[in-house]
Amino acid sequence: MNFRHLFSGLLLSAFALSAAAQIRVFACEPEWGALVNELAGDAVTVDVATSALQDVHQIEARPSLIAKLRRADLLVCSGGGLEAGWLPQLIRQAGNARVASADGMFLAVAQVTTLERPSQLDRAAGDLHAEGNPHIQMDPRRVLQVANALAARLQKVDAANATRYAQRLEDFSTRWQAAMLRWQQRAAPLRGRNIVVHHKSWVYLEEWLGLNEIGALEAKPGVPPTSAHLAGLVALTKDSQTLAIVRAAYQDAKASRWLSERSGVPAIRLPLTVGGDERATDLFALFDVTIDLLLGAAQ
Amino acid sequence: MRARLTVSLCAMLLASSVPAGTPSTAPIEALEARIRALEAQTREVLAALDQARAEIASLRAAPTQAVAAAALPESAAPSSPNAFNPAISIILNGSLAQHSLDPETYQIAGFPLAGEAGPGARGLSLGESELSFATNIDEKFYGQLTLAVESEDGEDGIGVEEAYIETTALPAGLSARAGRFFSNIGYLNTHHAHTDAFADRPLAYQALLGNQYADDGVQLRWVAPTDVYLELGGELMRGQSFPSGGAARSGSGVRTLSVHAGGDVGDESSWLAGVSVLDARTEDGEDGFSGDNRLYIADLTWKWAPNGNTRDGGLSLRSEYLHDTRDGRYLDSTQGIDVPWAGSRDGVYVEGVWRLNPQWDAGYRHDRLWPDASGPFASDTDPVRHNLMLTWRNSEFSLIRLQYSRDDAAPAQRDHALTLQYQAALGAHGAHKF
Repeated sequence: MNFRHLFSGLLLSAFALSAAAQIRVFACEPEWGALVNELAGDAVTVDVATSALQDVHQIEARPSLIAKLRRADLLVCSGGGLEAGWLPQLIRQAGNARVASADGMFLAVAQVTTLERPSQLDRAAGDLHAEGNPHIQMDPRRVLQVANALAARLQKVDAANATRYAQRLEDFSTRWQAAMLRWQQRAAPLRGRNIVVHHKSWVYLEEWLGLNEIGALEAKPGVPPTSAHLAGLVALTKDSQTLAIVRAAYQDAKASRWLSERSGVPAIRLPLTVGGDERATDLFALFDVTIDLLLGAAQ
Repeated sequence: MRARLTVSLCAMLLASSVPAGTPSTAPIEALEARIRALEAQTREVLAALDQARAEIASLRAAPTQAVAAAALPESAAPSSPNAFNPAISIILNGSLAQHSLDPETYQIAGFPLAGEAGPGARGLSLGESELSFATNIDEKFYGQLTLAVESEDGEDGIGVEEAYIETTALPAGLSARAGRFFSNIGYLNTHHAHTDAFADRPLAYQALLGNQYADDGVQLRWVAPTDVYLELGGELMRGQSFPSGGAARSGSGVRTLSVHAGGDVGDESSWLAGVSVLDARTEDGEDGFSGDNRLYIADLTWKWAPNGNTRDGGLSLRSEYLHDTRDGRYLDSTQGIDVPWAGSRDGVYVEGVWRLNPQWDAGYRHDRLWPDASGPFASDTDPVRHNLMLTWRNSEFSLIRLQYSRDDAAPAQRDHALTLQYQAALGAHGAHKF
C-alpha cells in the first residue's frame, strides 16, 4: 500500500464524512448535554462525558472520553476549574484542534457572574475554584444566559443550521421563562428557610429561591465529611428550624443520614443535574423535581 | 405559548363542531363563551409573561454589569510580566526505608543494574522531587519542562527529566512532540513516578528499562476517529540512555512504535491495552552491551469503580509483559572481556490496587523476571518480588504510603524492605493520564 494514497484516501473520506454528518458536541455534564438538545434537537449528536451519579470534580481522563473528544466539533463544559482534573488531559491527548480553539470550546461559567469568588486562594481552605463556585446550573436565570450564549456559539460553529438554532432558542426561552414563573410561585414557601448541604453545590439555587445555607457536611470544599465536624453540626441543624439536609445524587448518603437521625431534620437527595432522579429527564423536569422534593421536606 | 394556545383552540373547535353535523345555536354559544374565557386567560398569561420577561431582562443586564465590574481589577494590571507565567507544579517526595540487605550489594540475577534500577538508600532520604513548568506557548504549541532533584551519596543534583514542545493545532487527530520526554511505550513508562500506586517501579521496569526510558527525540501520535479509543505513535530517539546507549546511527539510535486502544464496559469499568516495540542500535550501553536490541511491551489496565467514581472506591488491575532480545557483544574493557551476547529475557508484573474509600488504598504487586539461560549474564534463578502497599491520602494533593517488599532478586539474597514514603503536590496540579 502506497502511503501517499492511503493518506489522501483517509483525508478524502474525512472530508466526505464531515460534509454529510451533523456536528458532534462533547458535553462534560448532563445539564449542558440537555441544553444542547433543547437548542439543537437532532441537528447535532451529543456525547455526554459524565452521569448524574458521578462526581464531576473527580473524573478520570478515560480512553473512551479521549475517543469522544477526538471527534467533537464543539465542547460544552462548565469550566471555572470544575473539570481541571481531567479535561485538560483529554484535550492534550485527543489531538483535536477544533475543540482546543476558542470557537470550539464553550465554557458555561464564563457566560455568567459567579458567586463565592475567593478573595484568597489557599489549598488549606479546601478545593477552591479561583473563578468562583462553578455549580451554576441550579439557577434557571443563569441557565437562560448560558442558553443565549450557547445558541450564538452553535450558530457560529454550524452556520448552515443558524436559523434553526435561532428558532429553537426563541422557543426554549419562551417555555423557560414561563416555567421560571411557575417555579418561583411554587417555591415561594421556601423563601427564607434554612438548609444544610453536603457540598457547596447549591449556592445558585439558594440565591434564586432565597434559601439560607447554614452549614455544610464537608468542613472544607472537596474534603470528605469527618465525624468531628458532623457532630458539631447536630445542635445547629436541630435548633435552626432547618428545612432539610441536602445532598446531590452522586454523594454518599451516610453523612447526611447520620445528621438526619440526630437532628430530626429530613435528609433529601436532589438530582443536581439531568438524570440525577428518574423523573429529572430534562432541564424542565430537573427544576420541577428539585422544587417538589424541597416542598416535600417542608410539609 | 401563544402558538400552542391557538393550535389547541382550533383543535377544540374542530373536535366539537365536526361530529355535531347539524347546526344548533346552544353549543356554539357555549363555545363562544369558552373562547372568551380562554382569550381572557391568554391575555392574563401573556401579561404575566411580559412582566417576567422584563424582570429577566433586568436580571440579565445586572449580571453583565457585575461581570464588567468584577473584570476590572484584573484588567487594571495589564502590564504585569508575570501574568503569562507557566503553571508551576512541584512534587515533594521523601522516604524512610529499612532494608535487611545492604543496598550496595543488591543485584538482580541475569540483569546487570543500569539506569536508576535497584533499591534506594537506607534510612531517611529525599526521594525524587520534581519541579515542573507547563503552559501553552502560543496558539500552536504547548511546552513543558520538568526538573528532577536527586540526591546521591550526599550530593544533590538537578537533572532535566523532560523538556519538550508539543503541537496543539495539527489537523486530523495528529500531535507531534520534540525535545526530551518519556517514551510513549508501555503503560508505566509514559507516566511520571508520582502517579504510581507503589513506592518503586516493578522489577521488570528496573531491569529492562532502568526504571523508565526517557531520551531526546521526536514523536508523532495519531488518534483514530473511532468509537473505541485507538492511538498510534512513533518515535525517533537519540539512543543515549538505557536500554540503548552511545547515540548510534548518528544520534538516532532508537525507534519506537506503539498502539494503544481503550474504552468503557458499561458505566463502571474501563480498559486500556497496548503493544509497543523499541528498536535500538546500541554502542557501549550501560550494561556493557553493543549491538542490536529490541524490547517488546504488552500492557493491560482494567479499572472498575461503583458508578465510575474512581475516587470513592473500586479496583484497578494492571499488568505489563516485557520481552527483551539482544544480538551483539558484551564488552568490559577494564577486564578485557569481549564475548557474544545474543538471546532473550523477559519480565512481568501484575498489580491490583483496591481503593477502600477516598482516603485509603491497599495493593499487591507481583514481580517476576526470566533471565537468559546462556550468554554473559546466564542465570537459572528467576528473580521474584512480592510487594504489599497501604496508602493514606489526606487530599488529592498529599499522601503517605507504607510498602513492604520481599525481594528474591538473586540466589541466596533475600531483601525485606519496608518503605514509608510521603508525597505532596504543590501549586498547579496538572490532570493525570488514565
